[in-house]
Amino acid sequence: MENALEIRNLDIRYGAVQAVRDVSLTVNAGKVTALLGANGAGKTTTVMAVAGARKIAAGSVSIFGKDMTGAPEDAIVRSGVAISPEGRRVFASLSVEENLTLAGSVLGDSALMAERRSAMMERFPILSERRTQPAGLLSGGEQQMLAVARALMSMPKLLLMDEPSLGLAPQMVDQIFAIVEELRNEGISILLVEQNAALSLEVADHAVVLANGEVAAEGLPEDLKNNSLLHAAYLAA
Amino acid sequence: MELLLQQTVNALSLGGVYAMLALGLAIVFSIVRLINFAHGEIMTFGGYGIFLSLVFGFPPVAALIIGLAAAVVMALAMERTAFRAMRGADVVSLLITSFAVSEILKVLFQNGISARPVPITFPASWSGTYQVGDITFGVVPTVSILVTLAALAGLTFLLRRTVSGMAMRAAAEDIEMLRLLGIRANRVVAVAFALSGLLAGIAAVIWTAQRGSVDPMMGFFPVLKAFIATVLGGLGSLGGAVLGGFAIGIVEVLAQAFLPETLAPYRDAIVLAAVIAALLWRPDGLLPAAKTSRS
Ligand SMILES: Nc1ncnc2c1ncn2[C@@H]1O[C@H](COP(=O)(O)OP(=O)(O)OP(=O)(O)O)[C@@H](O)[C@H]1O
Ligand SMILES: [Mg+2]
Repeated sequence: MENALEIRNLDIRYGAVQAVRDVSLTVNAGKVTALLGANGAGKTTTVMAVAGARKIAAGSVSIFGKDMTGAPEDAIVRSGVAISPEGRRVFASLSVEENLTLAGSVLGDSALMAERRSAMMERFPILSERRTQPAGLLSGGEQQMLAVARALMSMPKLLLMDEPSLGLAPQMVDQIFAIVEELRNEGISILLVEQNAALSLEVADHAVVLANGEVAAEGLPEDLKNNSLLHAAYLAA
Repeated sequence: MELLLQQTVNALSLGGVYAMLALGLAIVFSIVRLINFAHGEIMTFGGYGIFLSLVFGFPPVAALIIGLAAAVVMALAMERTAFRAMRGADVVSLLITSFAVSEILKVLFQNGISARPVPITFPASWSGTYQVGDITFGVVPTVSILVTLAALAGLTFLLRRTVSGMAMRAAAEDIEMLRLLGIRANRVVAVAFALSGLLAGIAAVIWTAQRGSVDPMMGFFPVLKAFIATVLGGLGSLGGAVLGGFAIGIVEVLAQAFLPETLAPYRDAIVLAAVIAALLWRPDGLLPAAKTSRS
């Protein structure tokens, strides 16, 4: 089976700053790849480039075997990718339901959208309870649920999750990682960016560590767990 | 009593025009952070659309519709040719671009049509009056108020209940996130410009129906008031724009109607003094836009 995501030799610059240098990584279909690294390592930049929101200076991105390098966001979404971005970025003044409706509008079928929205409300009961409230009034954990549900509205096959556990209470963090496993078991491929290396290595099938914009280590989670290089590059920060 | 009621109708009708213009400015500003100084020329272009349609022999109702369409087309053309390339530029660069667009259009109106006012004559029956009890009201100001209310209600419905409206509200918060959902931001921005053009077109219809002429500066002065209205209401706040528009219209008409003759030249100064006083009291405007924070 072809890979869900294949990044080859990616370079990204912000003006004079090279944020990502020669990064290659793969998400196998139906698997979770964890992308780890300290603050400023280039994780978000990499993920946003896959989503079509960063200019790619060199290298390539292919999604389910199709070259999508430099494609705009809407084309990426249509190719089966969705993102739960860093900082959650729910639309605070829109209700929970409106956040989901808007994300589902790309399905181009209002019956399918409504069905999908009901499925999300069922899956995340807290969203159902809060359906008419402005998303800005939700707690951090609830907003994270909404960000994931919103991403799932377009029925993605590859989900990009950027620090979903950041700033959440411990049992909320466990819940988020449980969702990651559930989604993977449903066949969704996931690129999981995390600061929480320990928990990420529990759920991931494969892990990549970035340091200063470059791949510092890569391999099976159980190998990386005891890798002193990882601890040096990552935990030092 | 009679004077007060008649002046109330006038105040609401003028305030309604300011409110629609201010709303158009606010819709665009909230999404692309553009203070569109050329908004007045959209209104003026709508006025010339009505004028030219009548010259070419279209029936009056058709002329009004053509005027509305002209304003929408002008707003979309501005977005496409001048502002899209500048997307994401800072507020000042955008403002200067819109100054340039405004000046170019004014020169085109002056040289292409006329620097002087050209007459727009609607059927005499449109400018009639009607009686309620023994008080006489003008038809045009009354219809203006109804049209304004219908436009505001329609826009509220669109923003609250349709996916396009949700997309516009979301774009005002975080347009990059909207794109990440796979929604084409260009289309959302175009809808916002089209709406602002439509509102300016409605303002042009009301304005020309009340004044009976168009000139290159027609839109400039009411839009200046509308700018003040958006600041008074809270920049970027749609409800604030409407409130600010009505407030300025009402104060202006009251000042005109009830101030002694000797103070008449200071009418605008008095209106502005009232605005400044209001802003000293509430520096973020009457109904500030919700602060969107991004963590
Ligand atoms: N919009 C931007 N403009 C300029 N530089 C940026 C921008 N975004 C990120 N950078 C820089 O690029 C580098 C990588 O940042 P990035 O956000 O990708 O890191 P990260 O691994 O996601 O970090 P964190 O764990 O803090 O989220 C950093 O040096 C950062 O300062
Ligand atoms: Mg990051």
